Amino acid sequence: MFEAIAFYLFAFLTIIMFYIAVTTSQALYALTALAAGMIFISAFFFILGADFLGAVQIVVYSGAVMALYAFGMMFFDTTRDLKEKKGNKYIVAGLSTLAAILVVIIFSAPIVGDNIKALYPVVEGAGNTQEIGLVLFTKYLVPFEVAAVMLLVAMIAGIVLAGKKMDASLTLMSEEEIQELEKEKNKEVLS
Amino acid sequence: MDIGLNHYLVLSTILFSIGLVGVMRRKNLLMLFLATEILLNSVNIAFVAISHYYGDLTGQMFAFFVIAIAASEVAVGLGLLIVWHKRHNNIDLDTMSSMRG
Amino acid sequence: MEIFLYTALFSPLLGSLFATLFAAKPKLLIAGIVPTLLLGVSFISSSVLLAHILSTGQVVHVEMMTWMEAGDLYIPFGFVVDQISVTMMMVVTLVSTVVHIYAIGYMDHDKSFNRFFAWLSAFVFSMLILVMSDNFAGLFIGWEGVGLCSWGLIGFWYYKESATWAANEAFIMNRIADLGMLVGIFLIYSNTGTLQYTEAFAALPSLDNETLTWMGIFLFIGAMGKSAQFPLHTWLADAMEGPTPVSALIHAATMVTAGVYLVIRANPLYDLIPQVGLFIASLGAFVAIFAASMALVNRDMKKIIAYSTLSQLGYMFAAAGLGAYWVALFHLMAHAFFKALLFLGAGNVMHAMDNELDPFKMGGLKKTMRGTFIMMTVASIALAGIFPLAGFFSKDLILEAAFVNHHYIIYSVLLFTAGLTAFYSFRLIALIFHGEQRYKIFGIHPHEAYKFMLVGMSPLLLLAIIAGSFKMPYYEMVTALLPATEYHVHSVAVYWAMTIGTQLLAASAILFAYKKYARNNIKVPDGSSAVEQTFVYKLLINQYYIPLIYEECLIKPYRTLSRVFWKEIDQKIIDASVDGIANRFYSTGEATRDMQSGNLSTMLKWMVAGLVVLLSLAVVFAFAASHPDDIKLLLSGLGVQ
Repeated sequence: MFEAIAFYLFAFLTIIMFYIAVTTSQALYALTALAAGMIFISAFFFILGADFLGAVQIVVYSGAVMALYAFGMMFFDTTRDLKEKKGNKYIVAGLSTLAAILVVIIFSAPIVGDNIKALYPVVEGAGNTQEIGLVLFTKYLVPFEVAAVMLLVAMIAGIVLAGKKMDASLTLMSEEEIQELEKEKNKEVLS
Repeated sequence: MDIGLNHYLVLSTILFSIGLVGVMRRKNLLMLFLATEILLNSVNIAFVAISHYYGDLTGQMFAFFVIAIAASEVAVGLGLLIVWHKRHNNIDLDTMSSMRG
Repeated sequence: MEIFLYTALFSPLLGSLFATLFAAKPKLLIAGIVPTLLLGVSFISSSVLLAHILSTGQVVHVEMMTWMEAGDLYIPFGFVVDQISVTMMMVVTLVSTVVHIYAIGYMDHDKSFNRFFAWLSAFVFSMLILVMSDNFAGLFIGWEGVGLCSWGLIGFWYYKESATWAANEAFIMNRIADLGMLVGIFLIYSNTGTLQYTEAFAALPSLDNETLTWMGIFLFIGAMGKSAQFPLHTWLADAMEGPTPVSALIHAATMVTAGVYLVIRANPLYDLIPQVGLFIASLGAFVAIFAASMALVNRDMKKIIAYSTLSQLGYMFAAAGLGAYWVALFHLMAHAFFKALLFLGAGNVMHAMDNELDPFKMGGLKKTMRGTFIMMTVASIALAGIFPLAGFFSKDLILEAAFVNHHYIIYSVLLFTAGLTAFYSFRLIALIFHGEQRYKIFGIHPHEAYKFMLVGMSPLLLLAIIAGSFKMPYYEMVTALLPATEYHVHSVAVYWAMTIGTQLLAASAILFAYKKYARNNIKVPDGSSAVEQTFVYKLLINQYYIPLIYEECLIKPYRTLSRVFWKEIDQKIIDASVDGIANRFYSTGEATRDMQSGNLSTMLKWMVAGLVVLLSLAVVFAFAASHPDDIKLLLSGLGVQ
């Protein structure tokens, strides 16, 4: 009973929050609503017994990612109203609804659950975090390392892109401008 | 009044279509990124729910990696966004049409 | 010993790759020196292998790695150094080392100096693969490799149209012949189930005669192409468009002898089919006199030497066809030395005369080019087969072999050719080096080649003189593999009569040539003299009209046919349909171009639309899969089967 109440409550809240996030014309509202929605989603994770992921959700999304967006927003003018597309709203609504209905149809079709074998079954008596650790550092060690490297690359890329003087783009410049740039670079190297 | 797997899947679908609406109607690039976060999160819910109801940790693993990818996507995406903003002083989607065929 | 084998084989490749690094760069002396040194290393390794085989008689056989393995087919990259291949290796590495040294001087002023050495060393590598392989597949790789390198070197001065034409001619003619060779190899594989020499030859005696004959014929077609035997001979004379070191190395000493090598290597096969052997010998004798006759009147120095090469190849085939394989191989070796020397000397003359090739415009060069004069004269004496130079021993053996086997027609043809050989060789020498200095009319100031080029050529000079003395040790060595038939005329009187007769014939031909062409009042022929009006002269100078016949009978109909196919079939049917399909795509693209507005929002909408389409397809198919009967009922209700 408690579970059902919690589910419906959080489902309602999440939908509202995300709806605000995609419809509001204020960038700050959208951001705040999204952060709230993320935290509500972590509630589902806790209900489902995935404690570790719930924690990660709060830390990474509501903490790191949202902070990143907030900082990113400082570069832009957030006070002015967001211009939205005047275009056909029916297409947008229609397409999304259609996609949702189709997915629901697929879900509601009888899924043959017997065919699914638990590859990494939940270990009895161990906490969720412990189990995740066991699987993550055995079966998923290589993907985990790859993901780590990818995060490092993304971090460096973020720093380079946002930090350096990147107002020059090689693809959008003419030949002469590129040569000019090369010359300057050579000068720097020589001196 | 038991909550089954289908409840979670339907919830995930609803959130996903909200994300789709956002992706399609937003013209501000930053808002577009926010909408993609919604898409990713809706899928995460489905993963974790399936993982729970089938007693298999693979779903949680996937959700974990999705979070990692989302984080790196935000880092790179925001970097690009800032570069674009520096050059053009706006992040309006309609102005980005250098790939016009 | 394996290490020496690998060193001998791969150091030319290394040199070639090294020179390739600088292929597009301006001349770098080091790009010439390093391949030359590496070839020297290869030569030394070959010498070590030769010493090893001479002292122990053991064959060095290695299998580097598996090349192909599929079902019953097993072809390794195997290399064998036995008595035959070590002889070829010595010839190839020695001549190519000399030619490399020579080319450093000869190509001195050429702007593609580096590229030249890349090709030349690559050629040596392919040639070594050809002679060292222990199976027909490896032989074929080397065969094609030398063909490719020969193409690149004949067409080395690709900006000259005649050079590219000659290169393509050589390449295409060789491909035609290679098809025959390939069929021969397939025959061997399908009948014996292996391509390894030893196993294939061991299986041959159990096959029926007809199969063996076809094998022998097809393999010989390949040999005919590479060794430029009639009727595939025209490319060799045209191949003289390449730089002279190339002519010396490829078109005199090594590549063109590959056909002879093949026949020698396949001697167990040809021993079983003497009728094909007789055909080979007859064709060889015919080519010998045929080419020699064309050399009599030709006015292009390099072409004269090329025809002489052709003629000598005829001698080799005559010997090989008669079963005297070791004699053929011996003549191959001796010929490689003196012919390369002759070509390199001709290169010196060409350099001195500003690339003038007509010997009638030279004359009296012996004063300014003493070293070259001596070398070319010695080489020509050797070529004419005068005692005691190399040519005497090898050529006389061929004559004896023909005589002892009672093929008197072949014998007399070859004997007559020996006289012709002496004549045209010394016609060339007399015209170039003796008489008055006619080049002065053309304002040319000849000069001797670089010292190091002459020094580099000296090993060949030495070998052209003394190679005959290797006859007995050589005989003892190769007869471990080849049939050991000694060719001795039984009657002593006949033997001496033959030898002295041959010598006298050659000597008188030489004297005649000197008398006729070393005079002081030689004129540059301009088509007015009586000799030039005769039918025979015209026939010979036009190479028996064979190039003309090829042009008229083969090339022109082919061109007409190609034109018809091009205009009628290719353009009207194939092109039209291909263009139609392309236009359809083009108009579709034009129509849907608006989708690619470059606007991200629009594109995202299209993406979602695509997602919806895919999802509905998934639903429809899943539904259809779970209710196949209902679907059938529905379809039949709609009138569909």
